[in-house]
Parts: sequence; structure tokens; C-alpha cells
Amino acid sequence: MTDTREVREHFPADGATPVVEMTGISILFPGVKALDDVSFRLFPGEVHSLMGENGAGKSTLIKALTGVYPIDSGTIVVDGQPVSFTGPAAAQAAGISTVYQEVNLLPNLSVAENILLGREPRRFGGIDGRAMRRRAAELLEGLNLDIDPGSLLGSHSLAIQQLVAIARAINVDSKVLILDEPTSSLDADEVAELFRVIRSLRDSGVAILFVSHFLDQIYEITNRLTVLRNGRLVGEYLTTELLRIDLVQKMIGKELTTLDEIGERAHADAVTADRPADYARAEGLGRKGAIEPFDLVIGEGEVIGLAGLLGSGRTELARILGGIDRADSGQLDIAGARTRLRSPRQAISRRIAYSSENRRSEGIIDDLTVRENIVLALQADRGWFRPIPKKRREELAQSYIQTLNIRPANPDALVRNLSGGNQQKVLLARWLAIAPRLLILDEPTRGIDIGAKAEIQKLVYTLAENGMSVVFISAELEEVLRLSHRVVVLRDRRLVADLENDGLTVDALLALIADGSVDDEAPLAPLGESS
Amino acid sequence: MTSTLDRPSSSASIEPPKPLPPRSPIGRVRDIFTSPRSGPVLVTALLFVAVFLIGGARYRGFFSGQVFLNLFVDNSYLIVLAVGMTFVILTGGIDLSVGAVVAVSTMIAASLLQSGWSPGVVIPLILVLTSFLGLLVGLMIHVFKVQPFIATLAAMFLARGLCYVISKDSISINEPTFVALAVTRIPLGGGLSITPSVVIALVVVVIAVWVLGFTRFGRTVYALGGSEQSGILMGLPVARTKVIVYVVSGFCSGLAGVLFSLYTLSGYPLTAVGTELDAIAAVVIGGTLLAGGYGFVLGSVLGVLVLGVIQTIITFEGTLSSWWTRIFIGGLLLVFIILQKVLTARRR
Ligand SMILES: Nc1ncnc2c1ncn2[C@@H]1O[C@H](COP(=O)(O)OP(=O)(O)OP(=O)(O)O)[C@@H](O)[C@H]1O
Ligand SMILES: [Mg+2]
Repeated sequence: MTDTREVREHFPADGATPVVEMTGISILFPGVKALDDVSFRLFPGEVHSLMGENGAGKSTLIKALTGVYPIDSGTIVVDGQPVSFTGPAAAQAAGISTVYQEVNLLPNLSVAENILLGREPRRFGGIDGRAMRRRAAELLEGLNLDIDPGSLLGSHSLAIQQLVAIARAINVDSKVLILDEPTSSLDADEVAELFRVIRSLRDSGVAILFVSHFLDQIYEITNRLTVLRNGRLVGEYLTTELLRIDLVQKMIGKELTTLDEIGERAHADAVTADRPADYARAEGLGRKGAIEPFDLVIGEGEVIGLAGLLGSGRTELARILGGIDRADSGQLDIAGARTRLRSPRQAISRRIAYSSENRRSEGIIDDLTVRENIVLALQADRGWFRPIPKKRREELAQSYIQTLNIRPANPDALVRNLSGGNQQKVLLARWLAIAPRLLILDEPTRGIDIGAKAEIQKLVYTLAENGMSVVFISAELEEVLRLSHRVVVLRDRRLVADLENDGLTVDALLALIADGSVDDEAPLAPLGESS
Repeated sequence: MTSTLDRPSSSASIEPPKPLPPRSPIGRVRDIFTSPRSGPVLVTALLFVAVFLIGGARYRGFFSGQVFLNLFVDNSYLIVLAVGMTFVILTGGIDLSVGAVVAVSTMIAASLLQSGWSPGVVIPLILVLTSFLGLLVGLMIHVFKVQPFIATLAAMFLARGLCYVISKDSISINEPTFVALAVTRIPLGGGLSITPSVVIALVVVVIAVWVLGFTRFGRTVYALGGSEQSGILMGLPVARTKVIVYVVSGFCSGLAGVLFSLYTLSGYPLTAVGTELDAIAAVVIGGTLLAGGYGFVLGSVLGVLVLGVIQTIITFEGTLSSWWTRIFIGGLLLVFIILQKVLTARRR
């Protein structure tokens, strides 16, 4: 590979010294060179982003810095001192506080403990529970999050857990704050809150490392970018000097084909085509405390986007359709036949697949290989006494690894060793493998890089053209609008609108989502949301 | 082009979240019972009361304060064992060595006391030795990544073997101070009394409640059971905590051994066989999740009391063989493990 590095020296002002300087870092995992001679600098008072595709090595670089992985070569200098941290605790002690990718908290402890454990206020040698809850409440308030600090963390949605992890990281006065994909489950407002906090920390001189696959966020908040590709450094840039299109090109190493045509085709379909034959028809389907009874018709080959805030009931609706939660009212007809879905298994046998938003606790199985994860649902459906022939398993794994560009392209790799985005792709492959007639995707593109995201959207679209019905949930309204024939809007656990996607705009949709009097708005109600 | 890449970061202003509406009293009660934190403990408490009432209804003389207090007198060593086991199980581990460590402690106590050592030396010595054994087990688990099941199984064989090295036969204890301590009864008034062992066991319980509930170490024990990986990434002292819980369990086993030799006034190599399983059963019945992360010391004490009350009923029944205790315990365990599964599954 040719050396494509370019390092700009404009920022920061001459003479400033970096608070973190990593030079020539390499990390070898069995079979993968995750980092190859990467250098990285972080200055006080900047927001810096690490950019790169899924598997480029962003999280690995962060873990190298904070001592989770030992480095095979290179040096790390923090505050002018060469360091080699023995683990996150040591890094924290040196003023580097980190929110790792995926929520790494303790579901069995309270929110307050998750924020303060390890540095809780003490009294008489023991933990001062009341002071701890008070302090936690303050920190949560700083993020505009109103939840009971005494409640169990596991009872909250992923978004809230992510915010709690952030609250934990900003609790200490650190010099360096690292946030690895902190916004992957957050809605626009929560992102805005987070950015407010990031700006004030930046202004007080904290160096912030922020990883995200959302380019809008990158361009809104960061000063500088470091781009990685395949474990190598591509370069270090000032955000203002790098056009988006160039950034993407540097990340993926080639031009990104545009996706807008999909959107246009979807619109055209919605306008011209006759209504397709119904595949699923829900009448008064609902579940107490989760979602109020709703009517919904899903045509064959139709893509339905669900839009709404977190806690609006979009996940709950999807879980009922997917047989994860049982409906306690109403009826469901699938392909013309009255159906009662009692378990995911029954749903699968009717070719309905639900891909959970919470890939860590409800999806991927860490200790199995990529291949095993991919064939899991298919095998479960066939029954464990009729194993899928080895050859067929190989084929399936290979074909999905290729279609979804799963990296490393090794069906025998343990899923725990894949990068976050690649794990998401494996989960998607599992559901595609059962050849579903109705595919329910809850945030399928979370943490997935823009190239792969485009691929997945294209795939969903092609599958729909071939007759598969899709229910699609995403916090990204653009994505919803681009893919869907129809958009269903939810608010306060109620289906409030069901619209043809014909000239709908993001703003119109946002208005619909947010509309409604202040009083009956409870966007963050943690009840049931993936707990 | 850009629309491929974007996510709405502008937005119509949306109000901050509101807290959940208050739940109805019934809903709240249901929440408490189905919570993996408190549900199983409450069920155990109800079970204990129910069994005690049944005993009281069936047998004359069952319903007395002394019968209740004897649950503690007869099981003080098991309470101490269950406390240590709670620490270990909360981290998601297991300690199979505790029964054998009790036995070897009784042997050490008996043999040293017989050869004229003073209890003031013997008892601390036992505690130090068993804590040290726990330390070795903990290091084996942490440093060499041996499964707790295997590491403590090895410790169990080691300890049981050591018993026979000390003596093949039972050794009785007649050291005067020790005997005096054993026969002391602490009157509680109204003709009721307890033994010093009960006081010691209760002190251990109180300390354990405080440590697990209100110290950093204790909360880290829970953290380990929640997710070791997360604990490490959160910067918690995971390694140290993991080793220390086995030291705690070792210490408790040694102390339980001392209490047991006070109870029996002898040391015997074959004593306390299978006691580790009683301790585990008490902890599980007391509502601690075997997978770790949820549970309370007081639950484990309740678990011991449930085992004790079943035993008492069988004694009162007179005609039943003591093996029925085991059968009941087996059945109960099954019910509780299923109950835990149901409770935790319900929450998802
Ligand atoms: N513990 C591990 N063992 C083996 N390989 C690993 C391990 N951790 C990461 N890798 C590999 O290292 C590479 C870089 O992974 P990393 O998690 O750093 O990617 P990333 O840039 O954070 O991607 P994403 O955007 O998907 O989060 C990947 O190919 C991954 O499979
Ligand atoms: Mg990553």
C-alpha cells in the first residue's frame, strides 16, 4: 500500500503541545493487523474525531490508548510523559475518561451506582447512598435526563443507558474525554444535549475524542479529524478544510455511489403502483403499557417506515409484530390467515423475522463464530435434530459475508472479535438467511459506516422489490424517507399517522412526531423499551 | 449525496422528558415481587412464615420462641458459611470447598487443643490458614483463569485429604475454656436462650450486610456478577475483588469450622460432608441468582432458616427419616430456580 499520509500542522496554534500523542502504534490480533503504525494527536480544547469504516481500527486505537489492549509497538505520551496504562482504571487515574463503544455498564445496579461506582461519596467509611443519588441526579440533569437515579439500569432503554454512560464519564474532572459512538442510539434532541455538554467541556480546555458514523454530527462538532483505513493512518485534517465527499473518499478509499436513486424509485412506486396485496393486517392489535391498539396493513413488497421518538412505541409495535411480545388485544392476519404469535419461534416459522435494536443483549452471541451466528435462526427453525448440511452452511455464510461486506471475511472468526458495525451486519445476515416474508428491522444501521449503510439500504430495497415486506425503524428520518413506501408515525405509544411517502419531507415528519400538546408528551418513558 | 450520510441534527423543539406517572399500589407491589432484586427474597420470607405456621398448626410445642431460636443455635455455622458463599455466588462464582474446610478446621481445632494449645491461639490460627487457602483459590481463579468450580473442587479434595493427615479418627475436645464456651447459654429472658455461636454468626451477618450494601468493595462484588467485562472497562478493581471474595469465603469457612467444633466438641475427618451444598442451597433459596449480580445476605440467612425449619418439622414428625430433609430441600431448590427464571424472564 502506498503511503497516503498527510499531516496538516495548522491546528492548533504553533507551540501548543498535545495532551495525548500516540506514535507508530501497531496491534496484532491473531490473523488481523488491527493497527499498523498509526499515529494520533489530541490537543487540549479540541473536539477530534476518528473516522473510518467498520473495522478500520477506531475502537482498537481507543483501547490501545486506555490500556485495554497492550500495544505491540509504538509509544504513547500523555502530558509529556510516556505511559503504558495497565487498564481503564489506570487511564482514568491519569485523567482520561472513556465511554467505550456499546454500553458497558451494570444492568443489575442502580443508575446512580453506574454513574458513580468507584468514586462514590463516602461517609463513616461506607458509601453515602443519599449523597450519591443526589450527585447522580445533578449529573443526569446536566444531560437533561429526568430518571430516578435509584432505578435499576437494566430497566431503561439503550438510549438512556448510553446517556448514563456519558454521565459517568463527565463526572470526573478529566483532561481527556473519549466517546466511542456515543450517539448511535440517541435521538436528535439527546444529541443536541450532548453537544451542548461537549462544547462547554471543550471550552474549559478538555480534549475530546468523538467517534461517530454520522457526518452531520462530525461537521457540527469537531475541529479536526484523523482518518483510518484498514488499520492504517490515512491522515489528519482540519474539519473545515475537508469536504464531506473527500472525507468519505478517504475513508473508503473510493467514490461512494449515490443512493438517491433508491429514494426516487421508492417515491415513484408509491405514486404509480396499485396497492399491493395485503401480507399482514393488524386490527386493534395492542399491548397494555406498551402500545395502544393500532390498525396496520402491510402489503407484499411494501416497506413501512416507523418514525417516532424513543419510547413513542415504535419498538413496542415492532416487537408485537415480530412475536417477541404477545399482543393482549386485537387480531393479526398473516397472508390471509388469522394468526396468534406467541413466541419469536412461531413468528420465524411464519417467516417473520425481528432484528432487535439491542444487538448485544438480544442478538449476537459473542462466543460463536460468524458462520454459527448467521445460520442460528435458520437452524432453530428447522429444529435442532435436522442440522443444516455443512456445505449449505458454508455457502450461506460466504454469501452473506460477501453481500454485506463483513470484515474480516472469515466465517470462523469469533463474533466477539468483530468491530461493532460488523457485528450488526452479522445479525442482519442471520435474519436474511431465513428468507423472511416480513422483515422487521429495529435500527438495523446503527453503528454501521456509510458505505455499508448504503449497501444495506440497497439490499432492503431489492428484497422488497422481490416481494418481501419490510418494517423499518430508524432514528434517521432521511433513511426512513428514502426507503419507505409508507411512513407510520408514533407518539406516546399510539399510532398517530399512516402516510403515503409521497413528497414527505424530514421537516414535515419531524413536525408530526413532535406535534402534540406538551402535557401528553413522555418521549423518554423507559417502560418496556428493550428492557 | 449528502442525504445518504445525514441524520437530522436540527429538530423541532421537543420537550424534555417527564418522569413516569406514578404506578398504582397494586402495580407497585407486583413490581417488587417481580423485580429480580427483591422478588425471590420476599417469596422466601413468605415461604418461611408459611412453613413455620404449618409446623405450629401440626405439632404441639412447635410454636415456641425456643424452637425458633434453636433454628439459629443449630445452624449458626451454616449461617456463617452461607454468608461467605453469598459473596462468591454474587460474583458469579461458586465455592465447593467450604464443607471440607469446615472439616479440616474442626480437625485442626481438636488436635491442637488436645495437645495443649490455647484456644486464643488456635482460633486465630485457623482463621488465618483458611483465609490463606481462600487466597490461593482466588489467585488460581484470577491468575490462571481456572474455572471456580474446578479450583474450589481441588481445594475441597486438598482440605479433605488434610483431615486424614491430621488423624483418621474422631478427636474429642475437652480443653476447659473451649468446653465452657460451648456450654454457655446466653439467657434472653422468659426462659429463652441462645449460644455465643449465634451471637458470632449474627455479628458476621451484620458486617456482611454492611460490606455488601454500603462499601465500594461490596458494590464491586455485585458489579462482577453483573458483567465482569463492563466492570473492567468502568475501571473498577475487578481482579482484586474477585480474589478477595474467595478469601472471605475461606475465612467464613474457618469460622464456621470453629463454630461447628463448639457445637460438636470434636473433630472428625468425615464431618460436614456435603455441607457446601447446603450452603449453596440456602443462598439460592434465599434469592441470590446463581449467575451472580442479584441477591442479599439476609436472603441467605432466610434460606438457612427455611432449611432449618424443614429439619425441625421432620424431627417433630418423628417417624420420618432425616433423609426426607434432603428430599424437601431438593424439591425447594428446583422450585426456586424455576421461580428465578420466571421472574427474570418476565422482566425482559
Ligand atoms: N479482541 C480482538 N481479537 C481479534 N480481532 C479483533 C479484536 N478486536 C478487534 N479486532 C479486529 O480489529 C479490527 C478493528 O476493529 P475496531 O473495533 O477497532 O473497528 P472500528 O473502527 O471501531 O469499527 P466500528 O465502526 O464497526 O466500530 C477489526 O477487523 C476487528 O475484527
Ligand atoms: Mg468501533
